[in-house]
Amino acid sequence: MRVDSFRFLPRSFRPLYEHVEAPEGDMPWAAFEPRLAGATVALLTSAGLHLEGVQPPFDLDRERREPTWGDPSWRSIPAGVSSGELGMCHLHVNSADVLADHNVALPTDRLAELVSEGVVGATAPQHVSVMGYQERSLDGWRTRTLPEVLDLLRGEAADGVVLAPV
Amino acid sequence: MLARWIEAAGISTVTVTMMPDVAVAAPRVVGVEFPFGHPFGLPGDVALQRRVLTTALTLLAGASAPGTRVDIDVEWPVPLRDAYRSWQPAEPSPIVAAMLARMRGEG
Repeated sequence: MRVDSFRFLPRSFRPLYEHVEAPEGDMPWAAFEPRLAGATVALLTSAGLHLEGVQPPFDLDRERREPTWGDPSWRSIPAGVSSGELGMCHLHVNSADVLADHNVALPTDRLAELVSEGVVGATAPQHVSVMGYQERSLDGWRTRTLPEVLDLLRGEAADGVVLAPV
Repeated sequence: MLARWIEAAGISTVTVTMMPDVAVAAPRVVGVEFPFGHPFGLPGDVALQRRVLTTALTLLAGASAPGTRVDIDVEWPVPLRDAYRSWQPAEPSPIVAAMLARMRGEG
């Protein structure tokens, strides 16, 4: 069975995605060295999650004023977070299901269960949320978010990251 | 691209995506035929969320070559007509609103 990438996409959007080419250059490859049962795993979502009342929300007002811009900042989400602590900032998807159960986008509880069962060695103490709608150049992500997120992941000794765009 | 950049920095990645045919830049890919906004499944569906995550972790730890893709053979448990509508935001996003305005000759 092969996933139909366009099953839920409005037909008028298809031309935007149908002729995607891989970037130039070799695919980067970081071999996963440890056994999973001894590894630390981090999660990354593009759902625009933030700790409500603690972290600033992503800037949706500016996106409304400048529709080709998306907030390139990021938030660290603690591994023990509960759904009620999270807000979601994303103008391109319905947020109801993620707000009801953040594991739909950032499965921290599922990862914690796998750790307690010995399948995964450890969860990273902090996971990452970005907001997935970005200006075409991706300059904000490349020049600021990426170095900061790499610092976090290295500081946590993350062996691998599960990324899940929304 | 974030997956590609993180991988290039030496940290292994796996990407769970509803559009695996578009995620051609990602080193390890798990495809899910789910509506946008739902990479790991439905709220409260622990079994499905767990299945997606464990597949991703299996690929993360065990893929032997860049560009490996595995698709999860699960049909979204909501009728397509309902799921197609319900993932979309209540208001068109600003970029979509701008595109629609241009099409109507207002932009």
